[in-house]
Amino acid sequence: MNWILVCPYRRLQPERGVAALVEDEPVAVFRLHDGTLRAIGNVDPFTGASVLSRGIVGTRGDAPTVASPLHKQVYDLGTGVCLDAPEVRVPTYPVRVRNGLVEVGWAPC
Amino acid sequence: MRLVVVGNGMVGHRLVSALRDRDPGGTWEITVLAEETRPAYDRVRLSAWFDGEPLDLPAVPGVEVHLGEPATALDPAGRKVFTRDGAYGYDELVLATGSYPFVPPVPGTDLPGCFVYRTVDDLEALRAYAEGRSTGVVVGGGLLGLEAANALRTLGLATHVVEFAPRLMPMQVDEAGGAMLRRHIEDLGLTVHTGRSAARITEGQVVFADGGIVRTDLVVFAAGVRPRDDLARAAGLAIGARGGIVVDETCRTSAAHVHAIGECAELGGRVYGLVAPGYAMAEVVADRLLGGTATFPGADTSTKLKLLGVDVASFGETTGPLDVTFTDPATRVYAKLVLSDDAKTLLGGVLVGDASAYPTLRACLGGPLPAPPLSLLAPAGADARRPLPGAAQVCSCNAVTKDTILAAIGSGAADVAAVKTCTRAGTTCGSCVPLLKGLLAEAGVAQSRALCEHFDHSRQELFDIIRVRGIRTFSELVARHGRGRGCDICKPVVASILASLGTGYILDGEQAALQDTNDHFLANIQRDGTYSVVPRIPGGEITPDKLIVIGEVARDFGLYTKITGGQRIDLFGARVEQLPKIWRRLVDAGFESGHAYGKALRTVKSCVGSTWCRYGVQDSVGLAIELELRYRGLRAPHKVKAAVSGCARECAEARGKDFGVIATEHGWNLYVGGNGGFRPRHADLFLSDVPTDVLVRTIDRFLMYYIRTADRLQRTAAWLECLDGGLDHLRHVIVDDALGLCAELDAAMAAHVESYVDEWRSTVDDADRLERFVSFVNAPDAPDPSISFGVERGQRVPVAR
Ligand code: SRM
Ligand SMILES: Cc1cc2nc3c(=O)[nH]c(=O)nc-3n(C[C@H](O)[C@H](O)[C@H](O)COP(=O)(O)OP(=O)(O)OC[C@H]3O[C@@H](n4cnc5c(N)ncnc54)[C@H](O)[C@@H]3O)c2cc1C
Ligand code: SF4
Ligand code: FES
Repeated sequence: MNWILVCPYRRLQPERGVAALVEDEPVAVFRLHDGTLRAIGNVDPFTGASVLSRGIVGTRGDAPTVASPLHKQVYDLGTGVCLDAPEVRVPTYPVRVRNGLVEVGWAPC
Repeated sequence: MRLVVVGNGMVGHRLVSALRDRDPGGTWEITVLAEETRPAYDRVRLSAWFDGEPLDLPAVPGVEVHLGEPATALDPAGRKVFTRDGAYGYDELVLATGSYPFVPPVPGTDLPGCFVYRTVDDLEALRAYAEGRSTGVVVGGGLLGLEAANALRTLGLATHVVEFAPRLMPMQVDEAGGAMLRRHIEDLGLTVHTGRSAARITEGQVVFADGGIVRTDLVVFAAGVRPRDDLARAAGLAIGARGGIVVDETCRTSAAHVHAIGECAELGGRVYGLVAPGYAMAEVVADRLLGGTATFPGADTSTKLKLLGVDVASFGETTGPLDVTFTDPATRVYAKLVLSDDAKTLLGGVLVGDASAYPTLRACLGGPLPAPPLSLLAPAGADARRPLPGAAQVCSCNAVTKDTILAAIGSGAADVAAVKTCTRAGTTCGSCVPLLKGLLAEAGVAQSRALCEHFDHSRQELFDIIRVRGIRTFSELVARHGRGRGCDICKPVVASILASLGTGYILDGEQAALQDTNDHFLANIQRDGTYSVVPRIPGGEITPDKLIVIGEVARDFGLYTKITGGQRIDLFGARVEQLPKIWRRLVDAGFESGHAYGKALRTVKSCVGSTWCRYGVQDSVGLAIELELRYRGLRAPHKVKAAVSGCARECAEARGKDFGVIATEHGWNLYVGGNGGFRPRHADLFLSDVPTDVLVRTIDRFLMYYIRTADRLQRTAAWLECLDGGLDHLRHVIVDDALGLCAELDAAMAAHVESYVDEWRSTVDDADRLERFVSFVNAPDAPDPSISFGVERGQRVPVAR
């Protein structure tokens, strides 16, 4: 597992995402209300646009979620599953904070 | 067995559909002979044809309708009806031939420019002729005449109404009501001539019996109707003294196997000129044809005038043993209740200027009063709504009682639409729809108003909670009044409420996390993840220098450029990291955010107006700019669009807007509640001929009241349609200040105007705020590799994926 530097933790706003390039892949990193982080693929599978980091963060039941800003499908930020179309899912990535810096895990296949 | 129906009007259509409903086995084969060439339509709403509204009545399957094939003769002995092309034998025959408009027998009525007002064809001819002409006269000051006069007015003609009787609507309202009505009608700019009759029509003028003259381009006769009894008369059927085919209470005529219903029938010496008695007759005949024993129950002759802006209603008796009246010259309201001599039973009444109590009062006709008379009559008396008795007739057009409606609700009808289909209540003139809503609520089937899984409240309730409790963050709100951490439904709603309440820059602090992506980046997201940029161009007016700046910015950033439908320019294809650079240049050249991304004021469209246009009567551009600058940045439940036209030709399409202003010789007319889009609706006239300060104050209140009370994503049109009491209620609140809210609404708007700052200027001037405009946090200037462009007609466009 390689850990790729994304940005200082303080750049992240609560309940908002940012996009980062991780080995040329666009990844969306979110800071939840409790301060923990989640990372999923940034590409909206329905349109191919690289936009999921710009969606609204919230919850459905207990699951933390993001809604695509284009057509509002909602994704579980823990599993990457699209809750409005469970056959669709986006990749998820490990994410951690070290020395105040956010890093996304990348496993070369 | 074969049934032939002559006449495919409202009543004939009702007979056929009632019979088909109740005769699923198809005992009757039905043939309808129709003179008109269009399928049956709703004549009561005829005037709505000018607004392009569909009038068609639902088609009845399994009926043979011969459009454009009038019956020409009738042979009751041989049981045959004849048309130009053939003969139809019958077992039973129903005549439903309606009325023809009465045209007074004076010289000149056959000249071009003379019209009647009865069919869609009449309206089509009238509209075509009125095009480019300026004056019209309506002969007849009754219900129909005033409706026709309003139509002429909306066609842009200076309109005169001539009435032989000493007051308007002599059949419905009494002397004092007529006087109040006249004042209202004159306020609308119509010229009223009562106590006068037309003696002669000549080319270009109407000459009165008293020798006076009015110059006019056209004349509409709306002086009453006469039963179409010619067919029956020629066949030797009994005809009433003043016309009408004589029928008994089962609607049988003097000839065996021949019935007559609707406006062509005379029952007990009386011909009914309204649709409700006709429908009742249709139901009787349908029942009898299937072996029933129904008889005509007698009829309600209540009416409510639909003349825009002035409410007039009359029901039951208009004078009687005991009259209670209420007159308020200031608000121009006149009301009267006719009571039995023990003052306990409601026998009838007249309402002018405010008819909000009409549905309730009409439903109480013949029964005890639900509240003391004066509390019902005084304006806002409708708020004194009391439960109606079960036998009260809620829908008089279709004779549906409260009990019938409650039964339908009990068996599952859960909204107004369902109640309409089950009971027919509310499907004709629509005036009882507010009562249907009330009954649904009374029966406890109000729909859940919960916004989403995080809040059990409606938007309006959240607005009040936030305002009254002074809540300033989503976290506080959801912790105290909701659950979870919100979603893409409730967060933007709360963001919009906070913005409407003036909480400053929308991306500061926690508010940033609430905004939809468009508001978050102050631009409109496109299919490929790029954004469009729409600078504000107030009123659509722009200098050449500013146009050049837009052109240069578009060229330098390679943006696709298009003129929008809202009189401004949209620049498409900006990547997120380009937005601040683009706006730096636009802000420096004096541009501001156009809020194309926000649920907020969009544009105030204008026509060129009196500055240049040879027809313009006011400076429409000047007012549009003033209004756009006043309301710019105002966030609302949905977007808000407006327009100002410089004269009645309406080149700015103001009646298609949330609020629209049309210049008159004397000031401005204000229209509210229009929109284009998914379900187009023309705005309703709200104020006439007012000066600019009254206009602006009223729009202020209209917008603030809308912002406080509308649902999420509810445009003003839908809001007004759902508002209990509709336009009348709105008038009470924002003109008469019946709820004492106006000072608060005024203050809220003053605070908005005071605190407005351009969002893009506050963004480009602040390094922290600019931080979010990067493509990737770890490669801020790397363009998103998934974005690529092709070229179409010389401009960049997204490559289709
Ligand atoms: C750009 C423009 C089309 C154009 O090229 O002319 C446009 C573009 C969009 N319209 Fe529109 N509308 C535009 C004029 C109109 C008009 C005409 C007008 O304003 O005179 C209408 C009908 C009038 C009306 O709204 O009453 C119109 C009715 C809609 C509707 C339907 C609203 C409704 O109540 O039914 C939507 C959908 C919505 O808002 O929910 C919509 C939504 C949209 C959105 C925001 C859809 C979206 O979410 O992506 C489009 C994005 C704009 C962008 O990216 O900049 N647009 N849209 C026009 C921008 C005008 C401006 O200067 O701001
Ligand atoms: C502008 C306007 C507004 C109105 N507003 C209201 C209102 O608010 N409330 C209300 O209660 N009423 C209102 N009315 C009156 C209402 O429309 C009539 O009461 C209702 O239409 C009567 O229905 P009907 O079927 O008897 O006659 P109609 O609807 O007139 O239908 C008769 C049909 O028979 C056809 N016909 C006639 N002779 C023949 C023949 N020989 N062969 C074949 N076909 C023939 C005619 O062409 C016509 O289509 C309004 C009327 C108008 C014009
Ligand atoms: S609406 Fe405006 S542009 Fe159109 S004719 Fe009237 S003043 Fe002229
Ligand atoms: S009273 Fe006219 S539709 Fe109900």
